Amino acid sequence: MNSGHDLGGMHGLGPINPEPQDEEPVFHADWERKAFSLTLATALLGRWNIDMGRHSRERQHPARYLLNTYYENWLTGTEVLLKESGLVTTEEMATGKPQGPAPNSIHVPSPDEALNAVKAGGPADIDAPVQAQYAVGDAVRVKNFHPQGHTRAPRYTRGRVGVIQRLHGIHVFPDTHVPGVTEGYPLYSVRFEGDELWGPDGDAKSAVYADLWEPYLEPA
Amino acid sequence: MPHDGHDHDHDHTEPPSDIELRVKSLESLLVEKGLVNPATLDALVDRYEHHVGPQNGRKVVARAWTDPEYRQWLQDDASAAIGDFGFKGRQGEHMVCVENGPKVHNLVVCTLCSCYPWTVLGLPPVWYKSAPYRSRAVADPRGVLAEFGTVLDGDVDVRVWDSTSEMRYLVIPERPAGTDGWTAEQLEQLITRNSMIGVEQAKTPEELKGAAE
Repeated sequence: MNSGHDLGGMHGLGPINPEPQDEEPVFHADWERKAFSLTLATALLGRWNIDMGRHSRERQHPARYLLNTYYENWLTGTEVLLKESGLVTTEEMATGKPQGPAPNSIHVPSPDEALNAVKAGGPADIDAPVQAQYAVGDAVRVKNFHPQGHTRAPRYTRGRVGVIQRLHGIHVFPDTHVPGVTEGYPLYSVRFEGDELWGPDGDAKSAVYADLWEPYLEPA
Repeated sequence: MPHDGHDHDHDHTEPPSDIELRVKSLESLLVEKGLVNPATLDALVDRYEHHVGPQNGRKVVARAWTDPEYRQWLQDDASAAIGDFGFKGRQGEHMVCVENGPKVHNLVVCTLCSCYPWTVLGLPPVWYKSAPYRSRAVADPRGVLAEFGTVLDGDVDVRVWDSTSEMRYLVIPERPAGTDGWTAEQLEQLITRNSMIGVEQAKTPEELKGAAE
C-alpha cells in the first residue's frame, strides 16, 4: 500500500539529529520497554506472522504514522492485531478489564521458551521447487503496480531499471503472507543507479540495493 | 522526533502521560487475561537491553580484519560465519556482510520500517528508525553521511542497502591505518555501532587516544 511508511525519497522531514552513540540508551522510557516486550511476547503467541505485524503499523492514517514515535506505532499495531485475531475484544481494549479467560488453545511462552524462540529466530527461506527466472547481471524493471495491501517493493523503485546482483534464495512472499498464504519466490538483490532512481536530482556515484521478489520484476 | 518523544529534563513526579497509561492498561489486561507472562516481558527486555548489542558486531568485524579466512567466510556465508560466535536468532536469520574499501562505501537503511541486524547490533537507535533518515538515505546518501560528519571523495561508489526483505546487512568498515600488529581485542575499541551501519568510519588510533584523554 502507498502510505506513510514508504518513505524513500520523501522531502521535508527535517534533520536527522542523531544522539551521541555512546550516550543513547536502548530505551528512552519505561513504557517503551513495555511496548517492545508486549509486542514481542504477543507475536510469540503465534496468531500472526511478521508481515502481518508490519502491515498492522502501516494501516494507520499516514499523518498519524509519521507523527507517532516508533514504539507508539508498535503499540498501535499490537492493539490492532490483538483485536483482529479475536484474542482481545474491543470492549476489553477500551476498559482494560478482561471479560473472560484466554482461549485454551493458546500457549503462553515462559521466559525460557520466549528466549529460546528469539535465539532460534524464524528463517524466511523455504524449500520450494521454484526455478529462478533471472540470473546475476540481468537487467530488470520493477513493475508499475500499486497494491492496496502489503508489499515490500518501495514506491521509489517501481518502474525503475536495475541489475540483479545475487539470488538470496527462495523466501516467503510478504504480499500474500499477510492474507495468510505461505508461498516462496526467488528473492534477488537488485542494484539501481542513483540517476536511474532520482534523475538529475540523484547522485550518479551512488546506488541503492533493494531486495526484491520475482513477482515484483519484469525483464528490461 | 529525535528523542522518541521523551523529554530528558522531565520531572518524574509529573502524572503519567496518555501513552504510559495506554501501555499500562494493555499490560494489565493481557496479564490478567492470561495472554502474557510478566516474567517473559522482563526476560525479553533484559536480553535486548543488556545482552545483545554492538559488542557482538565488534567481534565479527575485528575477526574479519585479522583473519583472512574468516573474512572470506563472511563473504561466502555470513549467517554461518556470524553464527560461529553464537550470534543467531530473530532479526539476524539471513545475514549479508558488505565491505567498505578505498573506493566503496556501504550504508544500511530500511525505508519501509526499521529492519536492522539485532543479533550483531542489538535494537536500532532512534535516528535509524526516524523518518528523516529513512527518507533521505536512499535519495541523498552523501548528504546524510555529511550529517554524521562523514565526507567521502567524489569518486567513491556509495552503496545504500535498503533492507526490504528478511536479509540483514552488516557493514565491515575499513581497518584504520596505523593499526598493524593490533590484536582483535585492541581493534574492537575502534569499531563503533555507527561504523557498522555505515554512517561513519571506524575510529582512528588518534581518535581513540583523544577520547581516552
